[in-house]
Amino acid sequence: MKQHRTTATILSVLVQGLGQIYNGQRLKGIVLLLIEALGLVYLVPRLGEAFWGLATLGETTQKFVKVNNSSQLVKGDHSIFLMLNGLIVVFVLIVFLVIYVLNIQDAYKTGLLRDRGEKPKSFRQSYENATGRYFPYLMLALPALGVLFFTIMPIIFTILLAFTNYSAPDHIPPAKLVDWVGFKTFKDLLFLKSWSHTFFGVLFWTIVWAVVATVTTYFGGVLVALLIEQQGIRFKKLWRTIFILPYAVPQLISLLIMKNLFNGQFGPINQYFKAFGLDGLPWLTDPFWAKVTVIVVNMWLGIPVSMVLILGVLTAIPKDLYEAAEVDGASSFQKFRIITMPFILFATAPVLIMQFAGNINNFNVIFLLTNGGPIKGDYQFAGATDLLVTWLYKLTLDNSKFNVASAIGIVIFLMIASFSIWNFRRSRSFKEEDMIQ
Amino acid sequence: MKKRKGKVRLTLSYILLIAIAVVSIYPVLWVVLSSLRPGAALYSESMWPSRFTLDHYRELFGNKAFPYATWYLNTLKIATLSMIFSTILVTLGMYSLSRFRFRGRQTTLTIMLVLGMFPSFMSMIALYIILLQLKLLDTHAALVIVYSAGAVLGGFIVKGFFDTIPRSLDEAARIDGASHLKVFTRIMLPLSRPMLTYVALTSFTGAWVDFIFARLVLRTKEKWTLAVGMWDLVNSYQNSNFTMFAAGSVLIAIPITLLFIFLQRFLVQGLTSGASKG
Repeated sequence: MKQHRTTATILSVLVQGLGQIYNGQRLKGIVLLLIEALGLVYLVPRLGEAFWGLATLGETTQKFVKVNNSSQLVKGDHSIFLMLNGLIVVFVLIVFLVIYVLNIQDAYKTGLLRDRGEKPKSFRQSYENATGRYFPYLMLALPALGVLFFTIMPIIFTILLAFTNYSAPDHIPPAKLVDWVGFKTFKDLLFLKSWSHTFFGVLFWTIVWAVVATVTTYFGGVLVALLIEQQGIRFKKLWRTIFILPYAVPQLISLLIMKNLFNGQFGPINQYFKAFGLDGLPWLTDPFWAKVTVIVVNMWLGIPVSMVLILGVLTAIPKDLYEAAEVDGASSFQKFRIITMPFILFATAPVLIMQFAGNINNFNVIFLLTNGGPIKGDYQFAGATDLLVTWLYKLTLDNSKFNVASAIGIVIFLMIASFSIWNFRRSRSFKEEDMIQ
Repeated sequence: MKKRKGKVRLTLSYILLIAIAVVSIYPVLWVVLSSLRPGAALYSESMWPSRFTLDHYRELFGNKAFPYATWYLNTLKIATLSMIFSTILVTLGMYSLSRFRFRGRQTTLTIMLVLGMFPSFMSMIALYIILLQLKLLDTHAALVIVYSAGAVLGGFIVKGFFDTIPRSLDEAARIDGASHLKVFTRIMLPLSRPMLTYVALTSFTGAWVDFIFARLVLRTKEKWTLAVGMWDLVNSYQNSNFTMFAAGSVLIAIPITLLFIFLQRFLVQGLTSGASKG
C-alpha cells in the first residue's frame, strides 16, 4: 500500500506540482507548475552569470579602444553591481527552493493520506487551510518579504563588502575592479598602526559614552520621577507636562537648537557666562568640553523618556508593600532602597539594556551637535567625539572607504549582539512569555 | 521636628523642580523668541526681543532659493504614507508572532532581534545601490518603502502589547465560529487602539525628522524633506540666517509637539507596556 506516497514524491521531485496532479489535486498542481516555470524562466539565464560574478567580482576593466581614429569606451565589469545582482539571484533561488521543498513535502503527505485510504483535500479545502492553520504565515508573508529585501539582503551585502578591498582611491568601480581579500580589512583595522590607533581610540570613547549616557539619563529619570511622586508635592500633572516637553520636540530640531545655544562665539550660554564676568567655555571646539556638552545635551533629551517610563512603573508598585514596611518602622530612604529601586530596576532592566545598545549607536546626538569634531590630527578621518557609527558614516559617505566601514559595522554588531542576546535569553519576557496568558 | 524636616524637604524639592522646569523650557522658549526677533544674527543683546516681527515666517514662504513650502508638503506626504504602511506591516507581523504558535516562530523572533542589532547605516551603501538599480533614487517612494519595511523590526513593543491581551478572548470567538481574520479585525484591532496610535505616531515622527537616509536618497532640492533642508540651512549659513532657521524649526516642531501632547496618554501606555515586557 506504499505506492501512492512514493510515486507522488518522485513525481514532485521531478517536476514541481506533478505529484499533486497525480494525487488528484489538479488546480494546486497547476499553480505549483506555473510557479516552477516562472522560476526557471527567471533563474536559468541568470544563474551562471550570478555565480561567476560572485566568485570573481569581474575580470575585465573598462578601457578605451581605438575605432576609426576616435577612442571609444568599452564597458568592463562593474564588481559591485555584479555582486549585488548575484546576491539578488541567490535570494530568489532560495525562495524558489523553499517552495520546491514544500511541494515535495506536500506531495508525500497527500500520498500518505491516499495510502491510508482517505480522500485528498480539494482546492477549496486547501484554501480554507490557508486561512485557518496557515493564517500566521499568510499574515507574516508581506512584512517578511519587506524585511528580506530591504534589511537582510543589504546587511549581507555589506558584510560581504568587509571581505573585499572596495575603497578609495584604488578600487572604485567602474574604473577599477574590486577583489576578495579575506580578513585583510579586519587585520588592518586591529593591527595596522594608522588604523588601529583611531579604531581603539574611538572604541574606547564609544564605550565610555554609552555607559555615561545611559547611567545619567536613567538615574536622572528616576530622580525626577521620584521628585514628582513625592508625598505633598502639588500640581503633579503640571510638572509632568513641563518635563515631557524636551521629549515632545523633534530631536533633530532640538539638537540643531542646542548646537546654536552652545555656540562658543555668539551662543547665549557663553553670553550668560560673560554677564557674570566669566570667560565662556569652548563648548564644542575643545575635545574635553565637547564630550561634556554631548553628555549634558543627551541628558536633556533622554531624562524625559526615562521619567515617563519610571512614572509608569511607580504606579504599578503595590501599595501594601509600603504599608507593611511602615508597620515595621522603615525610614523613607529604606523604603526607597528596599522596595522602590529594586522594583524599578526589575521592571525596566530590559529597557535599560536596550538603551545602552541604542547609545552605542546614538548617531543623531553626535552627528548633529559636533559632527564628531573637534578634529583630531592623529586620527584617520575621525574626531574627538566620533562614535563608531559616526565614523562609519564618514568613512562611507565622505571618504568611500567602504570595506573598512563595513568591518566597523560588523564590530558594532558583535558588541551589541553578544550582550543583547544574553540579556534577552535570560530576561523574563523571553522565558515566560506564555505565563501571563 | 518631623514636620519641619518635611517642610525643608518639600521646599528643596520645589526649588529643584523649578530649576528643572526652567532648563526644560529654556531652549524651546529661546527659539520661539528668536524666530520673532528682527535681524538675522544668532547673537542678541537680550533673550527678550525689543520688538516682535513675523518677517522670518513670511520669508520662509517667499524665498525662491529656499522652497520651504514644497519641503513641507513633501515631508507631510512621506510621513503620512509611511505611517499608514508601517502600521499595517507592523500590526500584521507582530499579531501573528504574538498570537500563534507555529513552526519557525522562535527562529523568526531571534532573527528579528539579531537584525535589530546591526547599525542601520550599515545597509546604507547596499540600499543606495539597490535603489539605483530599481531606478528609485531621488523619489519619495523609495523613502516610504524603506521606512515601512524597516519599521517591522522595531515591533517588539507591539508584540508585547498583543501578548497582554488574554488569549481566552479569541479562543471564545473561535469556538463561536469566527475566522482568524474576523477575530483580528473585530476583536483585536479595536482592543489595540492605544498601541496602534503609538506605532502610527512614532512612525510618523520618524519619517518627519529623519534626515540621514533622506539626505542619501533625495538629490534635487525640490524633492528634499524639511529635515534635510533645515540641516542644510544650519550647516551652510550657520550664523547669518539664524532667525530664519528658528522660524523654520518652530513650524516643523509644532505639528509633532501638538500630536504628542494630544496623544500623550497613548504614548505613555505604549512605552510602559513595552517596558514591563521587553
